[in-house]
Amino acid sequence: MSVLVVVECDKGEVKKSSLEVASYGAQVAQMLGTTATAVAVGEATEANLAQLGEQGISKVLFDNEPRLKDFVNGAYTKLIAAAADKEQAKVIVLANSNIGASVGSRLAVRLKASLATNVVELPKTDGGQFTVKRGAFSGKAFADVVLSGERKIIAVKKNSIEAQHNGGQTAQVESFSAQLSDADFADAPKQVIMQDQAGGILLPEADKVVSGGRGMKGPENWHLIEDLAKALGAATACSKPVSDVDWRPHHEHVGQTGITVSPNLYIACGISGAIQHLAGVNSSKVIVVINKDPEAPFFKAADYGIVGDVFEVLPKLTQAVKELN
Amino acid sequence: MKFLVCISNVPDTTTKITFTPDNKEFNKAGVQFVINPWDEYALTRAIELKEAQGSGTVTVLNVGEADTEPNIRKALAIGADDAIRVNAAPKDAWFVAQQIAHYAKEGGYDVILMGKESIDYNGFQVHGMVGELLGIPTVAPAMKLDMSGNTATLEREIEGGKEIVEVNTPFVASCQQPMCEPRIPNMRGIMTARTKPLKVVEAVGEGAATAVAEYQLPPKKQGVKLIDAANAGELIKLLRNEAKVI
Repeated sequence: MSVLVVVECDKGEVKKSSLEVASYGAQVAQMLGTTATAVAVGEATEANLAQLGEQGISKVLFDNEPRLKDFVNGAYTKLIAAAADKEQAKVIVLANSNIGASVGSRLAVRLKASLATNVVELPKTDGGQFTVKRGAFSGKAFADVVLSGERKIIAVKKNSIEAQHNGGQTAQVESFSAQLSDADFADAPKQVIMQDQAGGILLPEADKVVSGGRGMKGPENWHLIEDLAKALGAATACSKPVSDVDWRPHHEHVGQTGITVSPNLYIACGISGAIQHLAGVNSSKVIVVINKDPEAPFFKAADYGIVGDVFEVLPKLTQAVKELN
Repeated sequence: MKFLVCISNVPDTTTKITFTPDNKEFNKAGVQFVINPWDEYALTRAIELKEAQGSGTVTVLNVGEADTEPNIRKALAIGADDAIRVNAAPKDAWFVAQQIAHYAKEGGYDVILMGKESIDYNGFQVHGMVGELLGIPTVAPAMKLDMSGNTATLEREIEGGKEIVEVNTPFVASCQQPMCEPRIPNMRGIMTARTKPLKVVEAVGEGAATAVAEYQLPPKKQGVKLIDAANAGELIKLLRNEAKVI
């Protein structure tokens, strides 16, 4: 019996969110007095997988099937189920990503497991119960959920757990075949189109975000947001009204009906702070609000604020970051 | 083509969330319930595809007690043809998925659509469970859905991009923007919705696989520290030296 961790890889590298997942799984294994094994999906290299030892993983199962490079729900589910059976895993940990949650929900049925998505803390195992805390009501609340099944699947929300780095430890990479057939790749994508990300930082993976609202007055002013984001190494985001009028693409829309982010730093520029927007960002560790209206509701949810014109404040902030660097 | 659209009944997006004194349940008092905003994409797209095909039916399914019927009628007013209500409180994703899979199989639906998640539980689970129970593909979350004969072309959002996926019916897709512009009911729709069939059926299958022990609200912020706009650079120093986030 061990804890099985699903790590997503991209262009050979283990994704940051999966390093967090690996740390989470290793800590659960320690709680349960067992070891953590990882299974890799996506485009991985053996050298990078071996480094998962730094997160406390002892062994990595690696199926060198080239078609696993892109997300294929059927094949991924079969691969992970086979790994779970091989390891007799009672707990499976994956990222609460579109990939992780899609596969997790199919696995829950196949393995007759209890599933919790959007999990934000390590489990509690006192009183003979296995309880996890998860985000609910679109960021407006948390729920402690008891997983009663003999097997448990946990999808961990990004940026909720710190990835650990114990230098020098390496994991043993073991080749593994789930005997995947053509039928398992029936829902393989015909085409994969990646977005051009400002500065190459993906919003869901970012630990710093600079976000703009209607107060930016138009898409032609977005260079002010982008300049600050670039200086900070942050991703860019926007509010719903901004994506509704196509100033910015919808995948940048943060809020209750967009994506929920939980970076270390969220800087909101010209966003008033409607309750639906706050729901998408209120688990950010530090929130900065820049707005010329001192009555903007966002200030109540902020840690730091500047009452002022974004067009004057943003260039000053960018300059200050450059001086600091 | 037969479309099944699964809708859930959720608190309006402007709702201030509170719980019962024991923190075990959501406090429904005075709360306006709406069709889950993500499900509206599924509903409107099913109606658009049916209209484009010139034939077929759109059935809505909700797992809920009698108090969800106003929103089921609203879905009928938007353009669904008939409705099924599984008469039970939705205990968890596994419970709901079993209901959908059972009645979807019984009705022989070609396309099963729903929102990517509900805005109250945020599970992102039901679509995958239904697909697995029925042994058919799931595409989640889908930003675009087009049909040509029995083949669907979908855009699935992945982190940092999208995949173009083709699947044959039957399949499950969970929907999100920018799939379509969700419709609102017109007067004629509201009138005809009153007489459209709404079948009430009983729950099937096993119980839940998870249970909520307690709800909590997020910790309150300490209060905002304001920095003078004329001295905006000071903020960057605070973010480095005090908050330690840059």
